[in-house]
Order: sequence, then C-alpha cells, then structure tokens
Amino acid sequence: MKKEDRLEKNPMEEYLRMDRIPHIWCPGCGIGTVVTSFVEALKKNKEDLDKVAVVSGIGCTGRVAGYVKLDSFHTTHGRAVPFATGLKLAKPDMKVVVFSGDGDIFGIGGNHFIHAARRNMDIVIICVNNFNYAMTGGQVAATTPTTANASTAPYGNYEYPFSLPYLADAAGATYVARWTALHMRRVTKSIQEALKHRGLSLIEVITPCVTLYARRNRLGDGLNLLKYYYDKSVIEHGADTRTLDISYQGKLVCGKFIDKEKPTFLDAMNTHLSNVLGDDYVLYGRINNDND
Amino acid sequence: MKKTKADPKGVLTGAHYMDGDYALAEGALAGGCRFFAGYPITPSTETAERFSTRIPTVGGVFIQMEDELASIAALIGASWGGKKPMTVTSGPGFSLMMENLGLAAMMETPLVIANVQRGGPSTGLPTLTGQQDMMQAKYGSHGDYEIIALSPDSPQECFDLTIEALNLAETYRVPVLIMTDECVGHMHEKVIIPPAEEIEIVERKWYTGPKDEYLPYKNDKDLVPFMVKAGDGYRFHTTGLTHDERGYPVITAECQKVNVTHLIEKIRKNADKIIKIEEDQTDDAEIVVVSYGITSRVAVRAVQKARRAGIKTGTLRLITAWPFPEKRIRALSKKVKAIVVPEINYGQMVKEVERNSFDRCKIYSIPHLGGWVHDPEDIYKVIKEASK
Repeated sequence: MKKEDRLEKNPMEEYLRMDRIPHIWCPGCGIGTVVTSFVEALKKNKEDLDKVAVVSGIGCTGRVAGYVKLDSFHTTHGRAVPFATGLKLAKPDMKVVVFSGDGDIFGIGGNHFIHAARRNMDIVIICVNNFNYAMTGGQVAATTPTTANASTAPYGNYEYPFSLPYLADAAGATYVARWTALHMRRVTKSIQEALKHRGLSLIEVITPCVTLYARRNRLGDGLNLLKYYYDKSVIEHGADTRTLDISYQGKLVCGKFIDKEKPTFLDAMNTHLSNVLGDDYVLYGRINNDND
Repeated sequence: MKKTKADPKGVLTGAHYMDGDYALAEGALAGGCRFFAGYPITPSTETAERFSTRIPTVGGVFIQMEDELASIAALIGASWGGKKPMTVTSGPGFSLMMENLGLAAMMETPLVIANVQRGGPSTGLPTLTGQQDMMQAKYGSHGDYEIIALSPDSPQECFDLTIEALNLAETYRVPVLIMTDECVGHMHEKVIIPPAEEIEIVERKWYTGPKDEYLPYKNDKDLVPFMVKAGDGYRFHTTGLTHDERGYPVITAECQKVNVTHLIEKIRKNADKIIKIEEDQTDDAEIVVVSYGITSRVAVRAVQKARRAGIKTGTLRLITAWPFPEKRIRALSKKVKAIVVPEINYGQMVKEVERNSFDRCKIYSIPHLGGWVHDPEDIYKVIKEASK
C-alpha cells in the first residue's frame, strides 16, 4: 500500500457519509466509539447494507443517522422507536436499528420503548447512555446517577435513575446487554448478535460525556472516565436484572443479561390470524428471517 | 404522475348503509392504504375498528399504538418503507400529532390523517360534534409549511375523499388531512362503492435514475421531488433539520429560505389543481353562504327558505378547506352583497373569507361552539339581515 492510500482510505469509508465528516461530537465523547463498533458489527456479519436502516431521534447520539451511509432517518425527539416500528412493519425484510441517546429513548420516548419491548418488535435499539442531556448543555436525565451534578441539578440529583436493562427486561425485551465505551469488542459482538436476534434487542452503552457530565462533576477527561469504567466495571453475564442499578461513580455491572426467544410482533400476528381466519388471512411480510 | 386502478382486494364494491367512520376505512382500503396505525379516541374509533377487522383479509398491517405521538411517527416510517399510510383521530389526539405533522411536512412524506372533529378545547365534548380544529389543521405544528385539508359532508364523501386524500398525498408528497366531524362520522347513509376498475389510484413519484445521482429533495418541474423507499439500495438520508437537496442538514438562513419556500410553494403554486369547491345558485346570488362539512348540509335549508322569501341566495361548499379557495372568494366578494359563514366554532374559516374579500362586501360569521349543529333558522335570520 502506498503512503497516500494509507492516508486517504478509511476502512469505514464504505459505511459512513464521508462528505459529512468531521462529525459534531466533542473530543473524548464516546458516541464515535459506538458507531465504530456498529460498523464493525455490520462488517463482521456481512450485512447487506441496502437492507439495514438506522433511525435516530434528537440529541448528540441522534446525529448518528446523519453519518452512517445506510437508509437513515433523523426524526423527532423521542419518536425514533415508533418511527422504526412503522418502517419495520412496512419493510419486514429490513433490519431496523434505532441509534439514539438515553434522554431520547428513555426520557421523552420511554413509553414507546416499553411498548415496543412488550410487542417484541423486531428492531435493534442501541442506546448511548452518557448520564445527561448533552446536546442542550448537560441537564439532569432519567439516567443521571443520584447525587451527580447537572446544569438543572446544580446541587446534585435527588431523583432515582432508571436501570435500563431492568426496565427492558420487565417490559419484555428479548435481548438485553450493557457495556461501556471501554468494551468495544464486546459492544461489537452484542450488536452482531442483536442484528441476528429476532425480537427487540436493547444494547446500552455507557459513554463518557467529557464536556458536560465529567466537567460538571469534576471527573476529569475522557481518559479518567475510561479509567473509571476499567476500575468499576464487572462482567456478569446473565445477572439478575434487578441488581443492575448504577450509583454515582459506583459499580457498573456489564454483560449480556437476556437472550431468549419469543415470537415477534409480526410472527405473532401471522400465526394468530392464520389460526383464527384460516385461508381468508393474507399472510403479511416474511415469517422466517433469512439470516437464521 | 403515474395512475393505476385500485386493487380489487380492498374494494367492497356495492351499495352499503354505513357511517362516515366506516366509510373512511373503506375509502382507505379502496385507495390503496395497507398500513394503519392508530390510537382509540371518540368519535373516530370506529374507523380503526373497521380497518382492523378488514385488513387481515386484504393484506396489510393494522397496529394499535401506545398514543397518537407514536401513531403518526409509525405512519412516517411506514411511508418511507413504501406504504400508503393512514390514521384517524379527534381533537386531543390531533393535538398530540402536531409535532410529527411538521416532520412529515419537512421530510415531504405522503400520509393521511382523518380528524373526526369533536367540541374542544381540551377533552371538551368527546361524543358531540365540532369544527374547531380547522385553523389547527393549517397552523398546528410550529414553523411555516403547507398541508392539504379536505372536508367531507357525508359518508359517501368520506369514502370518496379518502381515496382523493391518498392520491393527493402521493402527488404532492405532503400530509393530507381529512377534516370531518362527529355528525358526519356517526351519520349512517347510503355509500356506493364503485368497481375497482373505476377507482383511479396515483402511484408515488418513484425515482428510477442512477443510484449515485439520487437527491431526495431535488425539485422536479412540478416542484415535487422524486422519492425512493428504504431497502432499495439508495442509502439516502432524511432529517427534520433544515436540509439541502441531498437531505443533509445545513443550518443557515440561506438554506432555510430555499427549504421552507419550497414546502410552501409546491402547494400554493399547485393550488388551482388541488382546490375543489361546490357551488349552488351563486350565479345571481346577492348573498352567498360559505360552509363545509355537516354545516353545509344544515345551511341548505336556510338557503331554500331565503330563496322562497325572494332573497337571492347561493351556497359555496369548501370540499378543500386548505389551500383555501382565495381566488373564488375574491371574485365573489366583488359581486355579492354579503357572505355568510356558519361554522361550528367561534369563527375560524370566516377569517380567510374576510382576508380575501377586502371589505368589498359584508361578512357575517355565525359561530356555534359545538355539541350540536346550527338551527337553520339562525342561519336564515342572518341571511335576511344581510339582504337588507
């Protein structure tokens, strides 16, 4: 390889909208890391890129849809999951990935998440959790650990945060994993599995927000946060989801907690209506996934 | 614009006795809608019930969403997946849909929302009629944009105009609203559903050129960009942010001007092709009653009485409420003595009539705050007063 080629050919070029790079994310931000893992998963799975769509909401992670070279939709705040639901039902042969933040999916869009999980809608949800509303300047979120500072919790947060895997498990998600931005290869592997999984998958990735969360809590820079993940994360596959609460700078239990089979929305619809209506029912979409 | 005939599977050809809500569902199925996402709300629920009963034997999807925010979001997603989607709602649900109505307008996404109007504000009169969402239909979401809104006055027209709405949505890549009301929604009348081969369907303006040259927001001659759907290999991007022809965000005043002007002009410059009105006895009229939906049927009786009393009265019915038939109102205002506007609200569409008549004739608003229709006598009294 010539030197010029080495500089010009980014191995992710095929997967990214290079005409939109540089991206808007801050130095030390973890979102790019998760995008790299996502691209890696697409590569390793040899996914047909024409058949993968990304739907994002609003926020820092909401910008992911603008950078991936796939059918990509940058929608409204909180509504990425129902948008993805409509897209998936219209195009059952596609893999639909919701790529958004904790505020988007579990704050303003929380209701949509639990209902998509209840239906076992066949979509992949990658939730970048940076513990605050970053795009708007670091406000307190549904995921901010108790006592942590935020711009709208200047004296520390006195609310209780959601435990995303616990919520997902209770609502009916059939694949649930949590990692940090330090666990790149494991994030990649989880996304690979989720893309093959039939049903609703949630992958929570805890990432550094250096500019806002870390600065406001005097936690140092990106490296300090990765050091925190390194020191305090433990991998407990299959851990009881009731035990996964995150306290301020406390233990981060990571791993794959749920991976089970259950009919998806479309499978259940087709099976049930075929049973009830017999030959009168017109089968909808594909019942079997070609990647199985 | 490519036209085809309706798929016979969705067309229940024959003469039926059904209410407006059911007719909306039948119009949707006949018009090619195969995706319906909705949330129950009185007095529109029967449409969702009818659709959920019929769709399994036609081929398509019905999904009851968790709220109206989700319903319209699912519609936009389904539309980009190539479906012709529709939902139905009423006041409070319509309010919840407003944010994503703006997204649909911004992404230039074809979809249809029927609003079976009830009395408001807030929970208001869930089971009783109203026409109080007419301005919300036009201005409900933030920012500047244009939509199309139709106003059926009978179950038959609920059927006919739903097909029309689906066709307009595809023609102009725009959300189309069917602004009916509780009376029409719950009124049972004869509905004739024609054979499939007599129903004209507009196909989406699909792009067929080279993949690497596709621009999702590049204007065509008629100002409507070509569309592609997800999964066809175009790997396109679309966003609710102000965007350029590629669909990429460009946060500048210059791009905003081009983007938003386009959203407005593609409807305004095609307004003559879109607008449908129905006139009766306006040729010699000194007084014209402008109305829409159920109110236009109540007005007929008042006009008949006025004619019998020797007052030259005519009617103009808005089949298309938005874009508003400005030209016709301007022309009428030059030759009539007065325009009378009864509507089941505190006076909404009358503002458009006033705006387009330039004080050349008298304008009478006849407000009714909902719960019931006007007494024709009240309309007659105003006609009589106006004729003096």
